[in-house]
Amino acid sequence: MSAAGKPLLTADNISKRYGRQVGCRDVSLTLHEGEVLAVVGESGSGKTTLLKLLSRQLAIDSGRLNYRMRDGAVRDLATMGDAEHRFLFRTDWGYVHQDAAQGLRMSVSAGANVGERLMALGARHYGTIRTTATDWLERVEIPAVRIDDTPVTYSGGMRQRLQIARNLVTSPRLVFMDEPTGGLDVTVQARLLDLIRGLVADLGLSAVIVTHDLAVARLLSHRIMVMKDGEVIETGLTDQVLDDPREPYTQLLASSILPV
Amino acid sequence: MSQPILELADVSKTFTLHLQGGLRLPAVSDVTFSVHPGECLVLAGPSGAGKSSILKMIYGNYRCDSGRILVRHDGTTVDVARAAPREILALRASTLGYVSQFLRAIPRVAAVDVVAGVQGEMRDAAVTLLRRLNVSDRLHAVPPATFSGGEQQRVNIARGFLPDLPVLLLDEPTASLDARNRAVVVELVAEKKRRGVAIVAVVHDDEVRAAIADTIVDIQPLTSRAA
Repeated sequence: MSAAGKPLLTADNISKRYGRQVGCRDVSLTLHEGEVLAVVGESGSGKTTLLKLLSRQLAIDSGRLNYRMRDGAVRDLATMGDAEHRFLFRTDWGYVHQDAAQGLRMSVSAGANVGERLMALGARHYGTIRTTATDWLERVEIPAVRIDDTPVTYSGGMRQRLQIARNLVTSPRLVFMDEPTGGLDVTVQARLLDLIRGLVADLGLSAVIVTHDLAVARLLSHRIMVMKDGEVIETGLTDQVLDDPREPYTQLLASSILPV
Repeated sequence: MSQPILELADVSKTFTLHLQGGLRLPAVSDVTFSVHPGECLVLAGPSGAGKSSILKMIYGNYRCDSGRILVRHDGTTVDVARAAPREILALRASTLGYVSQFLRAIPRVAAVDVVAGVQGEMRDAAVTLLRRLNVSDRLHAVPPATFSGGEQQRVNIARGFLPDLPVLLLDEPTASLDARNRAVVVELVAEKKRRGVAIVAVVHDDEVRAAIADTIVDIQPLTSRAA
């Protein structure tokens, strides 16, 4: 219980500039285990930059970024060694790219894509790896007969589901998602959203989901952060921010959703 | 007399519409009432008086500008008006239930799963409750997006009534139901009350209100009060 009360990820006033251009300015957040945070805003608002900063794919210029490891130790991500960061990335974290090709190895089989992350954790037994990979493919609704095919032969929706399986096979505690449903047909999107929603709840995952789609944020997240010009302008409970937005920009966003 | 489980003190809210040049619309002002376990309090008053807004503020869906919304929860008292998002989520998970006016259908999620929730431990109970509300078995596996208004509302009611939570907020639960299903809802409310659940309801139907209300609080539109 004591660990459950402490945040998993904490950012204090983190900032990033690209030359004279502001990427992110003074963003603070805490994420607890089992919590899903949506970061919304239009293109150029800094939301993808924030995701890259939180996952330390980009270095912060200022501020503090802490992560609570599996052993309970709280570590400063900015000063963590590269080897340890890579290990964290391969095991305790997941990163789902909008373009699945960036998160998959397109020339190796689906089974190998999933198995590779297990091997990073030390799994060596071929049969076990294959069984686990098959289980995961089924969980993300990919027929087991497609296990030896490369993702090149997969549809966009299947690739995205494979990318999710590859990320979740190591039981990460924290998953970063960058527009996970972007660029997919609506029917494919609905299936994927339903899948993500179920997995996040079943596995008790924490997630930071970047999306420009407020419906995705409403469906998947507990809390929401609205970004504009690199800054957080409003944050709170997802349904509260969407149903009773306070800031002019959030009101504009919330009122711009087309009713179906 | 037991302690109240829910207390509103001087609750006020004004909407500021920035897209309409900062137009300020007062929603409610100085609302004060308390509800005890086993009591059903009905908010009465004309449409637009802010009754639904009060329920949404109690649930934490709308912000509260001033005043207090105290809920007894897990041995402590939480002020929803000031609670952090995580506290509100915890409150919803174990204390506060809410039946909204309209069901928000989720693509691909079957009616029974809408009721039982994503974890699905309550599936059998969900089926039983759907049957009681006359949602036929062949609809249980179908996503409710294509259901009629009345069917959607009954799915919504089942979802709100299934968990055993000490406070239940009902926003016009019988608005699009026929007499037979209205009677089921009245029965369900009576059962909740017997189990000590405190209920705050917005009900326009006089018959239903007379059947469930222990206390009636009159909410008048702010414009007429100001005049």
